[in-house]
Amino acid sequence: MRLFAFARLRELLGERRDVAVADGATVGDLWEALVREEPRLTEFARGTRFARNDRLCSAEVPVRDGDEIALLPPFGGG
Amino acid sequence: MICEIVREAIDVRAIEASVLAPSCGGIVSFCGVVRERADDGREVEGLYYEAHEGMARASFMAIAEEVRATMPEVRLAIVHRVGALSIGEVAVAVVAAAPHRAEAFAAARFAIDALKERSPIWKQERYCDGERVWVENRCSGERQ
Repeated sequence: MRLFAFARLRELLGERRDVAVADGATVGDLWEALVREEPRLTEFARGTRFARNDRLCSAEVPVRDGDEIALLPPFGGG
Repeated sequence: MICEIVREAIDVRAIEASVLAPSCGGIVSFCGVVRERADDGREVEGLYYEAHEGMARASFMAIAEEVRATMPEVRLAIVHRVGALSIGEVAVAVVAAAPHRAEAFAAARFAIDALKERSPIWKQERYCDGERVWVENRCSGERQ
């Protein structure tokens, strides 16, 4: 799957990267793996939302090969 | 309906011209503009915006659809700029034209409020002292 991060999360993780995920892994599992790699993500856990293939999703949604997962910090447009 | 994320300067007059139709008796244009001070008074050099462009455009379309469902005579445009902007530049334009002013004002107000709450766009304040801070909208929801 391909991971996209925005704003302050992009600054921590980079704009995009390809990530291999285990069978049955969820978006939440992916987040936990990223937190282990980059502990500074912890403080953003509460405000971060996820999108799978351009649709908001919960942490319980499974990730499949070919998915695009986006990490969305709180919005600031306008 | 015009729903766009753009990188270049927003031409509000051009958007108004494309939204206006012979059926319209009023047009309301709201522009969000970069101002020289942050809410806490710090001097701002400029703003930097980024977006999840696909999702942001889709959110604009959904907002426009909601306007159409409740106010079918309104013609609406939502355009947001991304990249580095200087003081006085237009970051977002919401233009609503309608047969009568009440719908035009209501649609423009609804659209900008909904955009600030729902659209995946991010703003970084760049201060004159060199510091840069990502700023959240007060109404932007947290994970449920």
